[in-house]
Amino acid sequence: MSASNPDGHGPNGHGGPNGHHGFGRVARKEDARFIRGKGNYVDDIKLPGMLYGAILRSPHAHARLLSVDTTAAEAHPQVRAVITGETLAGLNLAWMPTLSNDVQAVLATDKVRFQGQEVAFVVAETHYAARDALELIDVDYEALPPVVDARTALDDGAPLIRDDVEGRADNRIFDWEAGDAEETDRVFDDAEVVVSQDMLYPRVHPAPLETCGIVADMDKVTGKLTVHTTTQAPHAHRTVYALVAGLPEHKIRVVSPDIGGGFGNKVGIYPGYVCAIVGSIVTGRPVKWMEDRSENLMTTSFARDYHMRGEIAATRDGRIRGLRVRVLADHGAFNGTAQPTKFPAGFFHVFTGSYDIEAAHCAVTGVYTNKAPGGVAYACSFRITEAAYLVERMIDLLAAELDTDPAELRLRNLLRAEQFPYSSPTGWEYDSGDYPRTLRTAMDIAGYDDLRAEQADRRARAAGARGDDPLMGIGISFFTEAVGAGPRKHMDILGLGMADGAELRVHPTGKAVLRISVQTQGQGHETTFAQIVAHELGIPVDDVEVVHGDTDQTPFGLGTYGSRSTPVSGAATAVVARKVRERARIVAGAMLEADPEDLEWTPGRWIVRGDPSSGATMQEIAMAAHGSLELPDGVEGHLDATTVYNPPNLTYPFGAYIAVVDVDPGTGKVTVRRFVAVDDCGVRINPMIVEGQVHGGLADGVGMALMQVMAFDEDGNHLGASFMDYLLPTSMECPSWELGETVTPSPHHPLGAKGVGESATVGSPAAIVNAVVDALRPYGVRHADMPLTPANVWRVIQGRPFRTDLAIP
Amino acid sequence: MNITVTVNGQPCTRDVEPRLLLVHFLRDELDLTGTHWGCDTSNCGACVVWLDDVPVKSCTVLAVMASGREVRTVEGLERDGELDPVQQGFTECHGLQCGFCTPGMMMTSRWLLDRSPDPTEAEIREALSGQICRCTGYENIVRSVRWAAEHPAEKPEEVTP
Repeated sequence: MSASNPDGHGPNGHGGPNGHHGFGRVARKEDARFIRGKGNYVDDIKLPGMLYGAILRSPHAHARLLSVDTTAAEAHPQVRAVITGETLAGLNLAWMPTLSNDVQAVLATDKVRFQGQEVAFVVAETHYAARDALELIDVDYEALPPVVDARTALDDGAPLIRDDVEGRADNRIFDWEAGDAEETDRVFDDAEVVVSQDMLYPRVHPAPLETCGIVADMDKVTGKLTVHTTTQAPHAHRTVYALVAGLPEHKIRVVSPDIGGGFGNKVGIYPGYVCAIVGSIVTGRPVKWMEDRSENLMTTSFARDYHMRGEIAATRDGRIRGLRVRVLADHGAFNGTAQPTKFPAGFFHVFTGSYDIEAAHCAVTGVYTNKAPGGVAYACSFRITEAAYLVERMIDLLAAELDTDPAELRLRNLLRAEQFPYSSPTGWEYDSGDYPRTLRTAMDIAGYDDLRAEQADRRARAAGARGDDPLMGIGISFFTEAVGAGPRKHMDILGLGMADGAELRVHPTGKAVLRISVQTQGQGHETTFAQIVAHELGIPVDDVEVVHGDTDQTPFGLGTYGSRSTPVSGAATAVVARKVRERARIVAGAMLEADPEDLEWTPGRWIVRGDPSSGATMQEIAMAAHGSLELPDGVEGHLDATTVYNPPNLTYPFGAYIAVVDVDPGTGKVTVRRFVAVDDCGVRINPMIVEGQVHGGLADGVGMALMQVMAFDEDGNHLGASFMDYLLPTSMECPSWELGETVTPSPHHPLGAKGVGESATVGSPAAIVNAVVDALRPYGVRHADMPLTPANVWRVIQGRPFRTDLAIP
Repeated sequence: MNITVTVNGQPCTRDVEPRLLLVHFLRDELDLTGTHWGCDTSNCGACVVWLDDVPVKSCTVLAVMASGREVRTVEGLERDGELDPVQQGFTECHGLQCGFCTPGMMMTSRWLLDRSPDPTEAEIREALSGQICRCTGYENIVRSVRWAAEHPAEKPEEVTP
């Protein structure tokens, strides 16, 4: 265990990665281009003859589409095509499948079902002309009453949103449950203490700084479609395009270039992509479509929107016995949620979190509303953001009920190291953990007892005064993640098992090329995956080139989301490198005229056991493998290998977070004074990059807890469709993060590494909300829904009821 | 209309529509794609460049307004093959991840350091507060700017006339 000094992980020294042979603080290879403005993002791509697309969108949340008149737009001198739902219907492309076995309208044909929905697509010579032409399209709508509040979606007489589906009578998408309902009810029936609370995890949006886009290029001569696009899962996109468009898969090349952040926003296929492809087919020229920010916020995958009722059962002395949860999930107008096929509520059922609980049950109902589709995005690890928030709020509610310190209550109930591998009451097998140690590490860094003493002191002083001083709050969140989807027996995306391939080729001079199926969007894969190869083969990190994002060049795999890159593709990389190393052993045996069984591996060399002077370096072996050396029968020469890694289980990283906030009781303004985050993701391939991942996720937590929400008015108008209203934290709202770490390796992962990318986004919102509610305890506040904006906190202090998701009185 | 904008020291003459935004002039006309476009409401600052020595959001400047003036972009930070200390600092301190906000962040950072060579953390945070980063949580950006302050270029920055 090491608790790093908050100031101790700064600069990396000079010289970059040269000569570094493996794990550690290696400066990033990808930085060289980004700091020079030489990244290659989708909108940087310019192809000969390229045209530009723009989308006409619905102003209504729910309306019948009566007519779409494109005459004037088509007459625009710079317009080359106008595509409508009718055009697409002729190609059988007006609807496309989603990742949840539903369909989504590409361009509306019958009705519009959310504000901002795609109605027509213009292709023109310039971006500006395409936008001009949108104004020339005349659409006739007949407005229909919308469903805005998910809690009314199943009411008798609620407007039917999906009348496109034969026989559908209501807005229910699915009912799904996990855990043992009977056993849980029994535990609740004889529990000494039961606490329940309704809470909303409001609709937010991942808002990557680069929006979604594509350059589609259909070559009519070769019949090959090339798309450069913002995708986190290029191979899955290729297969879906093949299935949807009927193009043969070997004639589709999906290239994911540099991506300006994904955060789950760039997993699915959006109507704009399909339109651009059709636009290229229709015009015979490349077509670029790049959405603007308001389009991104209004129409691409939202996150969360879970209305949860949590119940926790415990003994009077603070032994947690059961958890029961009902969820109403707002999925918008089409079920486009991205998750493994068998998990309609993602991995929400890890909601028992980090605690030893007798019984648990959850029931999730998904409903349609007149909003954009999505749900799983924004570093949620398939709904674990919601699960972690629920349980960590419930623990604090129980602590308040029992008048127990929330840290003490957690320490009393956390799973102990000797319980791993731990089978949870909802069917997960946690791989490894040492939770109390990690929580104590965070409490040490924060100086927890001193903080509580300061808080008690302030409260005592405020008791007799008018109470204009800031209210101090301390919030804890202890989370368990479940990342690395996943075992292909249980987990697939549209029938594609969630295993990932890797190919490694060592050139004659000992330099290597690694080809992987995952797609970085800033997480540093070009560096860390080279580190894995360097670690396994004992060659410099700079001697390994990582190729990703081009489906013609890389092995099949499911892409990057759910923090799955390190657990799945990282494991594949270690395995493929070990295959190469074993091949190298045979070549070295031939070189050294020794039985390969008599060789032993030392970093970078196979040596004759016990004789370091007699050996061959990886570089020497590579040259010999390509040379004239006589190799044993069955060894073909060269030095390469391929593999497919099917993970035996997920990895379960965890962390202990402590937030300290000050709340101004006069204005409701919350200031995050300190934030301590101790993450345990097993072995750290590159601690510098892990820390950067955590920093970014903690900023997400500040944003979600205090600022971000996509609210709607009663007509279904989207009230958070720009950065004027959808507020993201800047450098001013974020404190200087204080990090620590513990290391509990994953026993089943070849490197002992777990995923970590989403941990901080999963873990941090509850810490901040717990801190704010803790600060407001003198006002008798039990709970307050995110986002805790100054206006909302002020309302809470005043005891005024309100909804953060609706601008409806 | 015909405009001449001096970009990174090079006069560039183009015939453009008056409504063309400077960010699109730089990206689409001059192929200087380091400057990015992250929002449509002038909040994110991914498009920050210098206009006559002042950082501006180039999505909120018309190209014609830059005619006859000097623009400096991320592509002009490196001088004679030498990285600006700010560029070096962002790499040393892991001040970037996806890289999309980085050009704008670095342009403001350079401007800050030219005026305040030894800024406090609070000054750095305030200077960068018109710009959004979705990846770094800002911590390492602050450290990157401090690194650059502590490792100034050997020769003083030449003053742009």
